[in-house]
Amino acid sequence: MSKKENKHTASSADTKPGADTMEKEYSTLNLGPTHPATHGIFQNVLKMDGEIIHDAVSTIGYIHRAFEKLAERRPYAQITTLTDRMNYCSSPINNMGWHMTVEKLIKAEMPKRAEYMRVIIMELSRISDHIICNTIIGQDTGATTGFLYLFQWREKIYDIFEDICGARLTTNIGRIGGFDRDFPAKTWDKIRAFVKEYPKALTEFSNLLERNKIFMDRTIKCGPISAERALAYSFTGPNLRAAGVDYDVRVTNPYSSYQDFDFIVPVGTAGDTYDRFMVRQEEMWQSLRIIEQALKNMPDGPTHANVPNFFLPPKEEVYNNMEALIYHFKIVMGETDVPKGEVYHCVEGGNGELGFYLISDGGRTPFRLHFRRPCFIYYQAYPEMIKGGMLSDAILTMSSMNVIAGELDA
Amino acid sequence: MSKEIQRTKLEIAKSPEGLEGPGFFATKLEDVIGLARANSLWPLPFATSCCGIEFMATMASHYDLARFGMERLSFSPRQADLLMVMGTIAKKMGPTLRQVYEQMAEPRWVLSMGACASSGGIFDTYSVLQGIDRIIPVDVYIPGCPPRPEQVIEGILKIQELAKNESLRRRNAPEYKHLMNSYGME
Amino acid sequence: MNEELLNKVNQKLHDHFHGSVEQHELLYDYPVFTVNKEKIHDVLKFLKEDEELNFHFLTDLTGMQTADEKHLGAVYHLHNMQKNYRIRVKTFFPMIHPEIPTATDLWPAANWMERETYDFFGIKFVGHPNLKRILNVDEMDIFPMRKEYPLEDQTREDKSDKMFGR
Repeated sequence: MSKKENKHTASSADTKPGADTMEKEYSTLNLGPTHPATHGIFQNVLKMDGEIIHDAVSTIGYIHRAFEKLAERRPYAQITTLTDRMNYCSSPINNMGWHMTVEKLIKAEMPKRAEYMRVIIMELSRISDHIICNTIIGQDTGATTGFLYLFQWREKIYDIFEDICGARLTTNIGRIGGFDRDFPAKTWDKIRAFVKEYPKALTEFSNLLERNKIFMDRTIKCGPISAERALAYSFTGPNLRAAGVDYDVRVTNPYSSYQDFDFIVPVGTAGDTYDRFMVRQEEMWQSLRIIEQALKNMPDGPTHANVPNFFLPPKEEVYNNMEALIYHFKIVMGETDVPKGEVYHCVEGGNGELGFYLISDGGRTPFRLHFRRPCFIYYQAYPEMIKGGMLSDAILTMSSMNVIAGELDA
Repeated sequence: MSKEIQRTKLEIAKSPEGLEGPGFFATKLEDVIGLARANSLWPLPFATSCCGIEFMATMASHYDLARFGMERLSFSPRQADLLMVMGTIAKKMGPTLRQVYEQMAEPRWVLSMGACASSGGIFDTYSVLQGIDRIIPVDVYIPGCPPRPEQVIEGILKIQELAKNESLRRRNAPEYKHLMNSYGME
Repeated sequence: MNEELLNKVNQKLHDHFHGSVEQHELLYDYPVFTVNKEKIHDVLKFLKEDEELNFHFLTDLTGMQTADEKHLGAVYHLHNMQKNYRIRVKTFFPMIHPEIPTATDLWPAANWMERETYDFFGIKFVGHPNLKRILNVDEMDIFPMRKEYPLEDQTREDKSDKMFGR
């Protein structure tokens, strides 16, 4: 049979060796919004050449809840519950970031004890965020054991949060100005016990995966990005540090007394999945170190700044003192006075620089509140990161980037 | 040396009422099928946001959900019995949810977990569907934001009760057809 | 340090773009510059490529509406990581004609940020490769973050506005 040009998709049954006159046709694969391995709902339409990805188009917005418009309707203390639900794996960090933004606006003086307590809570939630991310990377490569082992420790962190604020996941922890009261004594014991016992579990998990040949073969060179491209795409957080840039908001723009603590910022080299995994592992060790230092050097003092506009006065005063009663009423009804101004404050969230841009016109609700969400910004680079790789690498890249749908769409 | 071994009284499943005799057990077909269905539901976790993380905690070893027969999570709607909608459903996601529901084969149950799936939750906005029962019929609602794992387990137990006590003819009855038609489905 | 940065950047912008900087002030700890809409792209390019200032990192790009509800604005947060310089650049334009040049040729990160701003406020970024809605449904024809549009879905009948909403 003469060699004619065969215009059909090359399938393994038909391909004859030397049949290089066949035209390639790309197939479209929909990595749809509902997919077991995508953690959250976002859609990727992939153009595939067999198993290799040629191009990808992302669609997001499947969980758009209009946070920014909601925030224009809510008084300052109620916006904390909105911030919980952005990066819900580490909601205390979001809460504290918002509280610090408002404190910056009203120029509140924070007592040291409140700041150290905040640091402990933020580092605990950073550990819980990295537990989810790393165990899920393990699960996506097939190693479910890490997930089951380490989630026990997340329950312990949930216990600590529940003692302080009453909720496990969407915490709404603390107040604008610190904490309304000191942690109970048994909570301090729980935190100390966690710091003492978690290293064993983390070592166990590390031994399971870090030098495991199968895991390393799967994750090295999977979804790489160079430092220049990462900076061009405004990456922040562990994804940027894995690419080689040592940018950490806690070091460059310290907030809440982070300058008092001694910790290193882990940096990777290749920007691939293995580096992202290892950076998060090391960050968990460093968070433990920070919590130890905070426990050792915990200063005495008030746990709340002097902000009468946001701090509920004690009940004895409310029942006896007219001024306290008026403050109580105004705070609960959300009619507190806030100065006019605009402020931008950023904290190091689980995924990177979480920024709050607040414009206040003096009213009871913000005039404009914008959340600088790290997930939204670095997810743009996803098509570039998976181009040329295989489908299974695309899944692993997505889970290693720790894309949280709540933060993506806000 | 033999010691008296204390055997715990394990009850795996309560047997339904029936006539028992040497070598036979006669009961209603409905009861047996209900028992089998209830204790081996295959859930489809449709996790969108924060409630999904609480579901993960419920599946993990502390609040093990596998004890109730939910060991095998099915991500394909064609093989699932129970659609667990966990998290906010935005209007953009509504058609997808409906497509997933329509692909499921009878008998199917729907569990709406969390305030957002039940009624829109705290997100009373232009872009959020105010409750999934606007587009698909729901069997059990679990309130909470997010609900504790114990509440999730209670919701699952209620679904198991529904599955156990369901009549075999329910899905062909005119009332059920009327319910489906009210949602625009056959 | 921030006063110095404010004055340094102001001086440079004054030298190169005389008259385009409408306002400069130090708000809380950020030097903020309000720039004329015609020159915004050139100003941003200069800020990025100048050797001393080198604002190579775009932290954030967002939109806003002014209090009089007649103008829209775009707000850029820029960052120089080596020297830890952070500034904010704003530009305003009337709501009936909201068009400004895109920043995607300077920072690829601006791609989705501009799409989000278009989705919320209707600001058209001229030269953007793919200016479509990103977070809302594609068929939406209003720009929901503008003050004129309500927060709630007006067709819902199970919640009464007397109790919910204010």
